[in-house]
Amino acid sequence: MSPLWLLILILVLAIAGFAIGRTRAMASVDDHRKLHSRPNYYGTNVAMLAFAPAALLLAVWVVAQPIVINASVSHLIPETSYEDAGALNLIMSDVKRVAEGLDVAVAQGALSAEEARSIRTEFTDVRARLGEVGVALGANVDRDVLRAAQAYRARAATGTWFMTAAVLIVALAGFFFAIREARGDFRARNRVENGILTLLITAASIAILTTLGIVLSLLFNTIEFFRLYPALDFFTRLEWAPSFSGRGGASALGILPLLWGTFYISIVALLVATPIGLFAAIYLSEYASKRVRAFAKPLLEVLAGIPTIVYGLFALLTVGPLLVSVFGNGGLLGVDWMGGGRAVMTAGITMGVMLIPFVSSLSDDIINAVPQAMRDGSYGLGATQSETVRQVVLPAALPGIVGAVLLAASRAIGETMIVVLGAGAAARMSLNPFEAMTTVTAKIVSQLTGDSDFASPEALVAFALGITLFVVTLGLNVLALYIVRKYREQYE
Amino acid sequence: MKDNMEGRKLVDQMDVKFQTRDVQVYYGDTHAIKDVNVDILDKTVTAFIGPSGCGKSTFLRSLNRMNDTIPIARVEGKILLDGEDIYDPKVDPVQLRAKVGMVFQKPNPFPKSIYDNIAYGPRIHGLARNKAELDDIVEHSLRRGALWDEVKDRLQEPGTGLSGGQQQRLCIARAVATEPEVLLMDEPCSALDPIATAQVEELIDELKQNFSVVIVTHSMQQAARVSQKTAFFHLGNLVEYGDTDQIFTNPVDPRTESYITGRIG
Repeated sequence: MSPLWLLILILVLAIAGFAIGRTRAMASVDDHRKLHSRPNYYGTNVAMLAFAPAALLLAVWVVAQPIVINASVSHLIPETSYEDAGALNLIMSDVKRVAEGLDVAVAQGALSAEEARSIRTEFTDVRARLGEVGVALGANVDRDVLRAAQAYRARAATGTWFMTAAVLIVALAGFFFAIREARGDFRARNRVENGILTLLITAASIAILTTLGIVLSLLFNTIEFFRLYPALDFFTRLEWAPSFSGRGGASALGILPLLWGTFYISIVALLVATPIGLFAAIYLSEYASKRVRAFAKPLLEVLAGIPTIVYGLFALLTVGPLLVSVFGNGGLLGVDWMGGGRAVMTAGITMGVMLIPFVSSLSDDIINAVPQAMRDGSYGLGATQSETVRQVVLPAALPGIVGAVLLAASRAIGETMIVVLGAGAAARMSLNPFEAMTTVTAKIVSQLTGDSDFASPEALVAFALGITLFVVTLGLNVLALYIVRKYREQYE
Repeated sequence: MKDNMEGRKLVDQMDVKFQTRDVQVYYGDTHAIKDVNVDILDKTVTAFIGPSGCGKSTFLRSLNRMNDTIPIARVEGKILLDGEDIYDPKVDPVQLRAKVGMVFQKPNPFPKSIYDNIAYGPRIHGLARNKAELDDIVEHSLRRGALWDEVKDRLQEPGTGLSGGQQQRLCIARAVATEPEVLLMDEPCSALDPIATAQVEELIDELKQNFSVVIVTHSMQQAARVSQKTAFFHLGNLVEYGDTDQIFTNPVDPRTESYITGRIG
């Protein structure tokens, strides 16, 4: 039975169990107020026990079965026919393709089940027979591959049979166990609540485990990279010059020029976003009337909803040319500082615009959290509104605002599309903000786009870059959250 | 002590600080204060009492135009401070509030040092010519707030780190530092324990030598202890206004009597 049908079957069993459990619990007492829990809990308990363990087993089985069969079938391929693990993988995917082809052929009646089990390449042109039913194979089927495919089919069939049996047994066992329990004095409500708690914990752990998985995958690849390339060079070298073909000799993979570009662009972005965002927040929270606020705040937050690739286009097509027409050769200022549209300033200003709603929205919340009593106290002493904002509200909100700016900074550091399009691709350490530079994220993209050989340091360096970036932004986030939380405690 | 107070009162009683005539306050469509006429005397403690929601805090807040910060609040009628209408368009509410200070129900020290909390008002209004004068004002105000001895060694520590009673005395000292003529207090002891309350009440008694003090309170004992004049508010009306002794021993209006004996409110 296919997993989908099996799932539907245990679902039906669970629904039936709900009705039966509920009825049975009601029938076990003369007055349903004497039940320990409301009748629905008895039903839910039966449904839960019939469904959850069986569904879990099904899920595990569906994932594990192909892995186990793959491992056992691959022994049938003689070791002489492949050289390394990669070649074996290719053969195994042939095996699976043939096995699926035989399934299709049997399903369409082109082969009998018996024939599919026993045909031999010596007597039958398997490729042609499978071609008739619409399964195209790249080459003639090898004798060993066909044998392996037949074994694969046989074991998959056995596995599926066992799976069906095991899942149904577990489902029925849960079903009858819970039905037996469905009597008036059973604490069904507590059991169901525990079930819900388990569900919630599972959801939380999936999120945490995924993060852990990402970190570990970065970590292992980074270790692999440092085996091929000295860590000291990576962290201290002032040059970034990867050589992909190998013709140019060894690559120079120093992270410092990339970090410099990243921080330079982020600082420009924060210099744009912090004052504008903060002033906007002060206006919105302290001065704007309710009506203005009601439409201005959502409008500002629309900026946050624009995909960053669109900002990238804006940088490339509007901000860059605009800056060149002012600072470039023959520009308005008559200076020749800027060679092309792609520069630190281009990316920084655009990124700053992107961060404005981030800073303003967070700061606005924080300024609003400053108690009205503070403002009243200041007004009561004869302070004007701007004195109150400057001397009482902002100092009170400062830790939170710093936190907001740090969160914006970690977004700026991790930003990719704007720098790919706006900042250029040259890794250099220069102070001139009108020169093209590049960032860690942009280089991760360029190292991994196209064909990359994951055994070479030039590709693996992306993971080392990634984990460095991850550590930097994680540190900023932790610092920001710490500051924000410390501030929140003050007024609660 | 009592005789002494009475004697001084006779001398100063003629000074009327606030005169209000037919004052109405509206919150949107709600008519919160109706036809209030009252004369508040200088160098006297005046208590506003009444059940919750009777409008006593609202009326207090209209005396220094704090209601201006609430967009839907509207004040009609005349409120005269030393004969001048404080709702006249020529009057700057900011300057008015420097003359009519306010202390709030919950202590609200600014997130600054004790020193900066007190120096806030004098700095804004330029009351000190130099650092030494500012130091003097801070010390003098803290002494008037009966807090100097407790905090003189830690003036640079945050004001939020003080205990509740100390914070409230800090707020009173802060209000005193701007040299106001009137001090409005909106239930200044409701967040304090009995000991801190006693300290604040003692302070109020001293403050009336220099200021006119108006205090809103829920505690009738407090009104009886600290005030010379009492006004009883009920449902937005000023029901009765007179000497505290008379209000508590021989009220004219039956509603006042019911409230004082605990039958309404």
